[in-house]
Amino acid sequence: MTTTSAEATLSEERIELLRADFPILAEQPGGVPLVYLDSGATSQQPRQVLEAEWVFRTQRNAAVHRGAHTLAALATDDYELARERIARFVGAKPTEISWAMNATDALNTVALSLAEANRAGATDPALRIREGDEILVTEAEHHANLLPWQRLADETGATLRWIEVDDDGVWTLEDALAAITERTRLVAIAHVSNVTGLIAPVEAIARAAHAVDALVVLDACQSVPHRPVDLPALGVDAAAFSSHKMLGPGGVGVLYLTAQLGAALPPARVGGSMITTVTMTERDYLPAPQRFEAGTQPVGAIVGLAAAVDYLEAVGMRAIERHEVALGERLAAGAAAIDGVRLVGPRPGSERAGLASVIVDGVHAHDVGQVLDAAGIAARVGHHCAQPLHRRLGVAATTRASTYLTTTEAEVDRFLDVLSTVRSYFGVGR
Amino acid sequence: MSGQAPRDPLAGLYQELILEHAKRRSGEGVLEPADAERFLRNPTCGDEIRLRVRLDGETVDAVGWEGQGCSISQASASVLAEDVPGLTAAGARSRIEALRELLRSRGSVEPDEALLGDAVAFAGVARFPMRVKCAMLAWVALEEALDELDAR
Repeated sequence: MTTTSAEATLSEERIELLRADFPILAEQPGGVPLVYLDSGATSQQPRQVLEAEWVFRTQRNAAVHRGAHTLAALATDDYELARERIARFVGAKPTEISWAMNATDALNTVALSLAEANRAGATDPALRIREGDEILVTEAEHHANLLPWQRLADETGATLRWIEVDDDGVWTLEDALAAITERTRLVAIAHVSNVTGLIAPVEAIARAAHAVDALVVLDACQSVPHRPVDLPALGVDAAAFSSHKMLGPGGVGVLYLTAQLGAALPPARVGGSMITTVTMTERDYLPAPQRFEAGTQPVGAIVGLAAAVDYLEAVGMRAIERHEVALGERLAAGAAAIDGVRLVGPRPGSERAGLASVIVDGVHAHDVGQVLDAAGIAARVGHHCAQPLHRRLGVAATTRASTYLTTTEAEVDRFLDVLSTVRSYFGVGR
Repeated sequence: MSGQAPRDPLAGLYQELILEHAKRRSGEGVLEPADAERFLRNPTCGDEIRLRVRLDGETVDAVGWEGQGCSISQASASVLAEDVPGLTAAGARSRIEALRELLRSRGSVEPDEALLGDAVAFAGVARFPMRVKCAMLAWVALEEALDELDAR
C-alpha cells in the first residue's frame, strides 16, 4: 500500500480488495448476501487481525511482566509494543494508555477512581467533587457515558446537569458553552454520537472546561475507529474507546489518561500487577498505566487490536473518514427523502459521521429491522443504549445504519430501497 | 410487494391475521373494574404492556390492555383480549403454556390449533428467536396477573 492511496478516499476497487480480507462478509447468515450496516455496534475482523492473534496464541503466549523465561519476554514485548502502537494511533504517550475490558469499563474506571479520590478526601483540587459542584453531560449520551457520572454525582453530592438536545437530537457549541459554569467540575461527552452521528466540537468545549478547572472525559467509541483522532490535540483529560468497534477482538477497551491525571487518580481496582511493595497492612501502587491494570489482561486480544490499528493505518484514517462521511451523507439525504421516514440528527448537508438513525412513522423499529433482515441487511434497532435521547425524540426505538471502511454505496442504496418499502409492507400511510 | 424476491421470507412471521390485529388492537383501553393488573416491559426493545383482567368465578370475563411496541407484541395482546375471555383461568394457563412451548421450539413443535385458538397465527415466530419475547409479552402479563389472583 502506498502513501498516496492513503491520502485519497476509497475507490470501489479498493473496497472490493478490502472486503476480501473480511471472511464474514462472504457469509450468508439469512440465506441472502449479507449487507452489514452495524459496525457502530461491533465491527468485523479482517484476517490480519485473526492471524496476529493466532500467531500470538500459538507461538508467544505467556504471562506478561512476570517470570524470566524467554516466552514471557516475547509475550511482554508484544504486549508493550501493542500499547505503543495504540498510543501512537491517538497521538498519546504509551504511559497514557491503560487497558480496560471495554469502553464502558474504561469510563467506569475514571468515575470510580474519582469517587475513591473523593472518599479519601481528595487533597488534589483537580479531583475534588462535592456538594454544589456540577458534572455536565449531554442528553444524547450513551448509557456508558451517563450512568457512571449519574452515580458519581449521587455519591459526591454534586449535581448532574445536561446539555439539552433539540427535536432532531442535536445540540450546539453555544448550548455547551452556556452550560459550563464556575461550578462545573467535569464534562463528559461523546466525540461522535452513536445515534445521531453528531460530531462534538471537543476542542472548544475542552478549552471552556479547562478555563473553569473542570476535567474533560471523552467517549471516543464512535470517533477513534472512523477518523484521525489526536487526543492530546483535542485537549481532553481522559478518553475511552473499544477494540471491537475498530476491527479488533472483543474484551479490550482503551483508557487514555493524561500523564497529569494518571498520576493524580487513585486506582479503582487493586490487586496483582499494579503494586511496587505490599506488606500485610500497606501497599504502594505502580504509576500509570499499570496502576489501572489490576490482574491479568487479555494479551492475545490486545495483540489483535494492535494488528487492527496497523490495518487501519495502512488503509489510511483520512481516507476512511472521507469514505464514511460521504456514505453518511448518502444515508441521511436518502432517508430524509423517503415519505414517512424521519431522519434523526443533523440535517442532510450538515456535518455528520458515517451513520444515520431513522424513525419510520407508524412502524415499530423492530418491525423495520425484521424487514431489513429479510433482505440480508444487518442494521441496529432499539434505543442504542440512549434511552433519554429516545424519550426526548418521542420514540422507544430507532433504526440505525452505520458504515465502515468496507461499506459500499450499493449497500447504502440497498438499505434505502428496502427502507422505502417498509410502510407499505405494514399497510401504513396508504 | 412488487420488486421483492419471489419467496417472502417474512410471510411466516407476519401472517395476515397478525397484521390485522396489530391495527385492530382489540381490548385496548383501561378495563374497569378489574381484579388484577400487571405491567411488563421488554428492556431490549422497550415494548411495554399494562394488562388488566377480570374474572367471573373461575372464568375470565374480560381483558384490557394498554401498551406500545412492535406489531408482533401489539397483535399478540389483541388476539389475547379477543380469545381468552370465556376460557377458565386453568384453560387460559394451558393456552399460555402451549404458546410458550410452541414459540420456544424453533419450529420443532406442531401447533395445536384447538388449544391455541387464533394464537396459532404466531407459530411462525418460533423461527425468529429474537421475536419470541415480543409475542409472549401480553401472555406473560396475563399469567402473572392470574398468579397474583391465585396468591390472594
